[in-house]
Amino acid sequence: MYTKAFLADLYRTVYTIRLFETECIKLYRQGFIRGYFHPYLGEEAVATGVCAALRENDYIVSTHRGHGHCIARGAQIDRMVAELLGKKTGYCKGLGGSMHIADVATGNLGANGIVGGGIPIGVGAALGAKLRGEDRVVAIFFSDGAANNGVFAESLNLAAVWNLPVIFVLENNHYAVSTRIEDSSRNPDLYKRGRGYDVKSSSVDGNDVLKVYEKAVEAVTICQQKKGPVLIEAKTFRHGGHHVNDPGSYMPEDRLLYFKKKDPLKINRKYLTEIGQATPAEIEEIEANVSRQMEQAIEFAKNSKEIEITEFVDLVRGY
Amino acid sequence: MEMTETKRGASEFTDSSESRTLMFRDALNEALREEMQRDATIFIMGEGIAERGGSYKVTAGLLKEFGPKRVIDTPIAEASFTGAGVGAAITGMRPIVEILFIDFTLLTLDQVVNQAAKYNFMTGGVGQVPLVIRTQGGVGNGLAAQHSQSLEALFYHVPGLKLVMPSTPYDAKGLLKTAIRSDSPVIFIEHKLLYMTKGAVPTDDYFIEFGQADIKRRGSDVTLIAWSNMIPRALAAAEKLAEENIDAEVLDPRTLVPLDTDSIVESVRKTEHAVIVQEAIRRGGVASDISSIIQSRVFDYLNAPIEIVAGMNTPIPFNLTLESATVPQEADIIQAVKRVLYKA
Repeated sequence: MYTKAFLADLYRTVYTIRLFETECIKLYRQGFIRGYFHPYLGEEAVATGVCAALRENDYIVSTHRGHGHCIARGAQIDRMVAELLGKKTGYCKGLGGSMHIADVATGNLGANGIVGGGIPIGVGAALGAKLRGEDRVVAIFFSDGAANNGVFAESLNLAAVWNLPVIFVLENNHYAVSTRIEDSSRNPDLYKRGRGYDVKSSSVDGNDVLKVYEKAVEAVTICQQKKGPVLIEAKTFRHGGHHVNDPGSYMPEDRLLYFKKKDPLKINRKYLTEIGQATPAEIEEIEANVSRQMEQAIEFAKNSKEIEITEFVDLVRGY
Repeated sequence: MEMTETKRGASEFTDSSESRTLMFRDALNEALREEMQRDATIFIMGEGIAERGGSYKVTAGLLKEFGPKRVIDTPIAEASFTGAGVGAAITGMRPIVEILFIDFTLLTLDQVVNQAAKYNFMTGGVGQVPLVIRTQGGVGNGLAAQHSQSLEALFYHVPGLKLVMPSTPYDAKGLLKTAIRSDSPVIFIEHKLLYMTKGAVPTDDYFIEFGQADIKRRGSDVTLIAWSNMIPRALAAAEKLAEENIDAEVLDPRTLVPLDTDSIVESVRKTEHAVIVQEAIRRGGVASDISSIIQSRVFDYLNAPIEIVAGMNTPIPFNLTLESATVPQEADIIQAVKRVLYKA
């Protein structure tokens, strides 16, 4: 049975991602954040459930829609906001921005601006761990869009033939930018593709944090038994367009409503209340703490300096 | 390519060093073997490199010595096994990825250009990518349009990559060892016609720093700048020119990134004439960039416009007569030298 503390941790993470995205979208609208910003709103349970199953030594590989993965893997939100604001105190000193946050210290090998680009990198991290004889798994987050890129097929095959400890986490949010999954795949159950490569594959309700968590725990165990890789297709839905400036007008209302009823935040809160027996006051306290941290993170980012041009020039001198 | 004692360049070895004659491919093999013996994080992967020992036998014997964990045959999935090299490199390994033909590196470009070349930058200088991509390129033996390209300019254009193009067994070994120890991604291009060439290689351990050109032949009348397989051709041209009392200096940058611009400029300042020879097509090539560097730094020393001898603007034809016609030959180099010296 799940403890209140564990369920509260999950809820804290889901809520942090939710608040991070909504607050940063405000900063974007106010002009503090520029460039591309791909919110993870609606998909929070996938990163939260998977990362809860990972151990300290494990790696993750993230995507352009990567804020949730970073937070779930334990990134500091102040340094994340600072990166989004292009500040020197950000994870990439302001050189990377939203699509390139990486934090090797927490095993986060990096977000990626290229759809599918991180998949082979995760395979390589798993290969390295295997060659060194280390007990590590690599969770590779990628999307339904990336599943139609050649490197997905190649990498699934590589990981399979080399028995690598990889968890392919296919976040099927049903849209590749604006193209519906039904228009890009004959069979929208993408996990079935893994079977052709003799990879243990299944799908899970990606909005249900506990179901995702349980699936991921099972996958970690399979990898530890050297029977990896594993493919998990988490069915989920974006709460908006592809990025903050895309209103998502191509997404049918009824479908969005259906998934909003299955809001991962609501589901997680229900678990915390019903299984964890948390009181409304306890939940409010979690939320208040996260809000306070978020306010501090924004203050920190706004007050941080930009990198000096001279320091930048030094950094790229050898290029 | 014999060099006389007096004309020998900076690559001569120290007096104390013993040397023996090795083939280019064996010098590379020795570099791989020595580095793998030293550092257990080094492993090699590519197509047909293990049991088969590679198309050009560069990895022959490595499987036997280091086992299948460190010498890995891959499926034909260039983008993903190159990407796997990136992933292994950023997490503590030193992978060497072999891409059978440089033409096939085009399948890896996202992983090389968007991932490997940018990882250090995008992590604010924190992440390192000690990855070597060894590949084989250039014209020769009638391998036709998709197995004969000289694509160094593609990689030259991308910040964050080192670019190495050795011309001798000595350089090949010393530069490959440096490449393997580099913390930056390195594109290491071996010319298909050089694998069987021979040269002196010291028995002692040695390294060649990146960004140090080598004068392959000292001369005073004209500077011939060339790399990879254009070096033996430039040296042969230089010997013919010597018979006509034209004393050509042959400079090999050895690494195009970093490029030893100081040595190039110093040589041209001395000879006051420059001819740049590249096998790749002229348009958008490295030679054009070197030419621009020379004119901007030593314009006042030049006695003639800089000549570029380059490949024709065409895919490489299969027909052998046409194949030779598309890339610079000895006679083309000789004519260009005479033009800059106004002796044509």
